Amino acid sequence: MKLDSKIPSGPLAQKWERHKFEMKLVNPANKRRFDVLVVGSGLAGASAAATLAELGYQVACFCFQDSPRRAHSIAAQGGINAAKNYRNDGDSVHRLFYDTIKGGDFRAREANVYRLAQVSVQIIDQCVAQGVPFAREYGGLLDTRSFGGSQLQRTFYARGQTGQQLLLGAYQALSRQIGLGTVKMFPRTEMLELVLVDGAAKGIVVRDLVNGEVRSYAGDAVVLATGGYGNVFYLSTNAVGCNVTATFRAYKKGAAFANPSFTQIHPTCIPVSGDHQSKLTLMSESLRNDGRVWVPRNKTESSKPASSVADADRDYFLERKYPSFGNLAPRDIASRAAKEVCDEGRGVGPGGLGVYLDFADAIRRLGENKIRERYGNLFDMYERITGENAYRQPMRIYPAVHYTMGGLWVDYHLMSNIPGLFVVGEANFSDHGANRLGASALMQGLADGYFVLPYTLSHYFASNKPNRPATTHPEFKKAEEEARARLKRLLSSSGKRTPRSFHRELGQLIWNHCGMARSREGLTAALRRIPELREEFWKTVAVTGGVEGFNQTLEHAGRVADFMEFAELMCLDALTREESCGGHFRVEHQEEGECKRNDEQFAHVAAWEYAGPGQAPVRHAEPLVYEEIKMASRSYK
Amino acid sequence: MHLTLKIWRQKEPGDTGAFETYSHPGAHPDMSFLEMLDVLNERLILEGKEPVAFDSDCREGICGTCSLVINGVPHGGQKGTTACQLHLRKFKDGDTITIEPWRARPFPVTKDLCVDRTAFDRIVQSGGFVSVSTGGAPDANCLPVPKEDADLAMDAAQCIGCGACVAACKNASAMLFVSAKISHLGLLPQGKVERDRRVLNMVKTMDAEGFGACTVTGSCEAVCPKEIPLTFIARMNRDYGLALIKGRS
Repeated sequence: MKLDSKIPSGPLAQKWERHKFEMKLVNPANKRRFDVLVVGSGLAGASAAATLAELGYQVACFCFQDSPRRAHSIAAQGGINAAKNYRNDGDSVHRLFYDTIKGGDFRAREANVYRLAQVSVQIIDQCVAQGVPFAREYGGLLDTRSFGGSQLQRTFYARGQTGQQLLLGAYQALSRQIGLGTVKMFPRTEMLELVLVDGAAKGIVVRDLVNGEVRSYAGDAVVLATGGYGNVFYLSTNAVGCNVTATFRAYKKGAAFANPSFTQIHPTCIPVSGDHQSKLTLMSESLRNDGRVWVPRNKTESSKPASSVADADRDYFLERKYPSFGNLAPRDIASRAAKEVCDEGRGVGPGGLGVYLDFADAIRRLGENKIRERYGNLFDMYERITGENAYRQPMRIYPAVHYTMGGLWVDYHLMSNIPGLFVVGEANFSDHGANRLGASALMQGLADGYFVLPYTLSHYFASNKPNRPATTHPEFKKAEEEARARLKRLLSSSGKRTPRSFHRELGQLIWNHCGMARSREGLTAALRRIPELREEFWKTVAVTGGVEGFNQTLEHAGRVADFMEFAELMCLDALTREESCGGHFRVEHQEEGECKRNDEQFAHVAAWEYAGPGQAPVRHAEPLVYEEIKMASRSYK
Repeated sequence: MHLTLKIWRQKEPGDTGAFETYSHPGAHPDMSFLEMLDVLNERLILEGKEPVAFDSDCREGICGTCSLVINGVPHGGQKGTTACQLHLRKFKDGDTITIEPWRARPFPVTKDLCVDRTAFDRIVQSGGFVSVSTGGAPDANCLPVPKEDADLAMDAAQCIGCGACVAACKNASAMLFVSAKISHLGLLPQGKVERDRRVLNMVKTMDAEGFGACTVTGSCEAVCPKEIPLTFIARMNRDYGLALIKGRS
């Protein structure tokens, strides 16, 4: 497999502009002869589908939710970064680029990240033009705030519902095209197979989740915008429907899967309350602008109520360890610091798996009303879930799986190694490296969909004539049969355990061994256990109903089946990467509890190639070459 | 906790449907309402019975997917809360709880507790957007928006499109949803240009989809998980009247 990143030549700051000119164009009259299949309708998928339709392509868009407006991007709370420098606090495209590269622990591609920072400026303009009600200053200009890993205020926000508003902007743009007839929308439709004809992506096989029908769609290109795979952990902040199926099916058809072990653990989630729990809820990172994180100095005090621990007996560990970033230390660092104090036995709340996020100082300084105005909805949500009032006593938080930086490998054009298969947003691996800074997921999703893919996909079409096979082509029939066979197999087992119980066990295994800290020993144990669990799954999973009709248990079982295989790839990737970087923390490689990178051997993207059933996947490396910045050891002290 | 659940079961859209009663001993006050249904479904699957179909996704009150009528009230009656954020600590040991889908003709039942809300999407497709294409947008700060307007637009924009307003209304009116959309876009300078056309088209689609008229009983406002106020309906009626007078379409 050849991994050609297709990074344009020339100085970093001019690469994208020059490349836009170099890429070929498709004449407007010819655009309507091309069909594009977009799978997913979140920030990346909806913005891509809308923009491609605006350009004149014929677009079909698929999502498993009942409406494209419900994609999980809607749940992002905090904000979106942009190098606008409206605050005159020293921001620039170069600084956003640098913060993002450094935040990702120098494991992202320089050219991609620079382009992301450049495009960020346009994204805000576009969203405001769409009517996204961003927060404003009294004078009417846009307000901003700070986020982790940055010393500037470059994050634009819409209360604590920024993802919702940006998604609604993209959904409305998409709706406009659906109304005009340029996009055909297929809600409650799940992709089960990718179809290649002569080595290029030409279609997908889907299941209509309402009537159960398995159908094929053909196109001149396929765009996957199917989000991340954090639900492999069972408990995560992802929506319960998020899954790896589309990307994993593409992997099995030959698309390389890059850095699957790079998972972001978010430091500010509501701690787990019991075995029944189905998901974890995030408290926005923006809370760390005003909330102070602490645990008691002595573990003897960790079971006392917070109010009876004297200030002198509190350990504000982020402020102590990272004085210049303090509570706004990046997510991976803040998460590990929280785990460390809990491992020392100083954690608070049930089971000792929690740290305080305390607003008492901010309430004294600004008054409760100001805090309510800034974060009221988050405080309400916290109270609904925990039954506690965070204005009166500090919130309890604990790290949880939030975002996956790994994904299908793509080149600078966002095209995978399969011609015609494009991957955007969280589903691809690009731009965040080994850790994602806050407020940059929304930025990447929209950058890919509005401002990158429309150019690069046009370039692909300009070099390839419209050539869409009929869905009666043998490759489609074969893929449909594979999909049907898998569904039947799920229904034919002996039925002793539910898909959920398997999902929960797999998730616990991955959290313990491939979570916040990984070790050779743990990963080896997980790699031994996963195939056993998988075998048990296929033999004893209980799935009721049939292939026909609306069958949510079958949907879930299919997703768990793919997680079962994917988990192995994830652990293998973590085991092979003998270093610590960003969200990947190998206990064997550390210096005083901080990540110890190995740039000599691992300054690369690891891209895994499927080698066939029962065969070990093949690891390929795309070296990361830094032309304009020096790789430095990452410090937030 | 021991609960008795009376749940609406319906195989498919045309089916008559009926309540079935389940004794549910395995509940815990810290569980969310949907987690309680997860636990029930685990049991049903192991007994070889069809689990109860219900919709949910984000489970943090923002995606608008969950759609349960609990004890006769959409989302269960905790002020400003979606069904997924309702926790069992709000119920008592020994309670009997009835669970139904949204009831409204424009929202046909897909199965059990799931309904088809694509009518909402079609309303948005007929005008719930700003007609701007990608690229070439002016600098975001070139058009200041007074904070009061931006805040009010945001109050409207936070509608999650769940449809509880329709389910609570005796006429199955979609006015609260449509008015939220119209107010959000109409309050911002970017959306003002198309204000007349938007309100006329969206109201027309709303009627064509079979949603009923508003008689201002306020039941929508009472159940709205985002507490969208009735005043937006007044705003929409005014916009609609003005657009009719101007005679634009």
